[in-house]
Amino acid sequence: MTLILPILIPFLTGVAGLLVWSRQPVQRALSVVGAAGLLGAGLALLASVWHEGVQTLQVGDWPAPFGISLSADLFSAIMVVLAGTVGLTVAVYSLGSIDPDRERFGYHPLLHILLMGVCGAFLTADLFNLYVWFEVMLIASFVLMTLGGEGAQLEGGIKYVALNLMASALFLAGVGILYGVTGALNMADIARRLVQVEQPSLVTAIALLFLVAFGIKAALFPLFFWLPASYHTPPVPVTALFSGLLTKVGVYALIRVFTQMFAHDLEYIQPLILAIAGLTMVTGVLGAVAQTEMRRLLSFHIISQIGYLLMGLGLGTPLALAGAIFFTAHVVLAKAALFLVSGIVHRMQGTYDLKKLGGLYRTQPVLTVLFLLPALSLAGLPPLSGFFAKLALVRAGLEAGEFAIVAVTLGVSLLTLFYMTKIWNEAFWKPLPEEGKATASSCPTVLWLPLGLLAALTVVLGLAAGPLLTLSLRAAEQLMR
Amino acid sequence: METVLAFVIGGLYAAGLYMLMRRSLVKLAIGLALLGQAANLLIFTLGRLLRGRPPLIPPDATALAGPYADPVPQALILTAIVIGFGVHAFTIILIKRAYQTVNSDDLDDFRTET
Repeated sequence: MTLILPILIPFLTGVAGLLVWSRQPVQRALSVVGAAGLLGAGLALLASVWHEGVQTLQVGDWPAPFGISLSADLFSAIMVVLAGTVGLTVAVYSLGSIDPDRERFGYHPLLHILLMGVCGAFLTADLFNLYVWFEVMLIASFVLMTLGGEGAQLEGGIKYVALNLMASALFLAGVGILYGVTGALNMADIARRLVQVEQPSLVTAIALLFLVAFGIKAALFPLFFWLPASYHTPPVPVTALFSGLLTKVGVYALIRVFTQMFAHDLEYIQPLILAIAGLTMVTGVLGAVAQTEMRRLLSFHIISQIGYLLMGLGLGTPLALAGAIFFTAHVVLAKAALFLVSGIVHRMQGTYDLKKLGGLYRTQPVLTVLFLLPALSLAGLPPLSGFFAKLALVRAGLEAGEFAIVAVTLGVSLLTLFYMTKIWNEAFWKPLPEEGKATASSCPTVLWLPLGLLAALTVVLGLAAGPLLTLSLRAAEQLMR
Repeated sequence: METVLAFVIGGLYAAGLYMLMRRSLVKLAIGLALLGQAANLLIFTLGRLLRGRPPLIPPDATALAGPYADPVPQALILTAIVIGFGVHAFTIILIKRAYQTVNSDDLDDFRTET
């Protein structure tokens, strides 16, 4: 029962929100309650998976492999908890920052439909069902991306829609070929039958098709160009939600598909994945360094962080996967926090342009601390969460003898620190330039609360790194089995 | 039949990709639709084509005997068509709105910095 709740709660919240279409206060209350419920359901699911092992549910009571199965191992449960956390913080933050026009056109219900798609993708054990959840998530994200109809949003939206639809077509083709080869759709069943397939080259070709399809969705090198073109256009809470969850669903699907179904082909593909991981890290961070608009800079940096997650898959050892899982938790929270900071900065000084910002260190000491915690955590400074995540990945890399990727990891961390100091210098440290202006000196509490929670969580994740790494290791061992 | 369909699928993929690489917005939408249809036909073909063998269990038997047409790919395609319909409808409206805002059908004009 706990297994279906993370899908059911956002669904019911979304539907209830649509039923009270014209009453925004009710929608807003529903949205927060629903998101809190999702987080609660996620935590309950994590607890039950931890105590009782992998949970499965046969939808409609059709026995596997004929019906659609839902299944949650620790990795899925952790991802659902993260979706709940980001969902709740974004839902609260939206109360203070989404304009009435967007609310009138169903912003809050859409948010929950998106969360439903994300959680469905984390929980399904059926490959075609995964495609359906991807589409649910995509359709909601298309509307959230373009809701408001500003010129930049529509332009970014077209690029986003076109490339994601193409990825979906490739994914669908991959599912079709895989069904033709194995006659199964349940992922565990496919894995069993793939071993007996007589054309191993065909299986590798299918694996690469999935790598490209999910690679576009996860924004891997060289398929990431839609992300910096579109992610900075919607309002800040939407960007925070997208950066926290959407690309991570792509990475989740990659890890799931490659550890569960193509485990035998992983040997051939691993060097390729590692190379892509390194290039993704480097191009993402270099792109970020060249930007002067805060949200664009942060968007480019999402790409660089995706490289770390992929590195865990590329190394393929339990420690590396555990590092990737821990890193996912860290990056989802820290990145969402930084986007929320950019929203508050915009409210304080009316722009995202680093050249026109300044003096926030003097006027907003609390905001400064709340920026520094996730920023330094992303750069990997101890004792924050990023340090332990990177430590696990680096150690796994050294154990596997992949020194090149370890060197790239450390270099990219240094560049991350460099670009965080760039935001620090421009927005916080230097005095307010002449063309800049302070538009507000205070913010509603609903903006501070979620940001405070996320920043506190990056510290907690660092302080409780031991138990959390144990959790990640157990999740990784479940994946490798 | 498989041979014919293989050529049709190949043609659809080629046409779809060609349309995607044009600069016009409308052609982009057509290209995406063609790619979706190509994927659907691919699933249909890979589900093995059999004529006149419905997957029905005769009244005097308890299980299907011999080769029969697999209903699963058709269910998959049906789902994919429905999803594709919704998504393409959204794409077309998006393109219309973008055309009204930017006042151009040329993707090269879509590069204003914000």
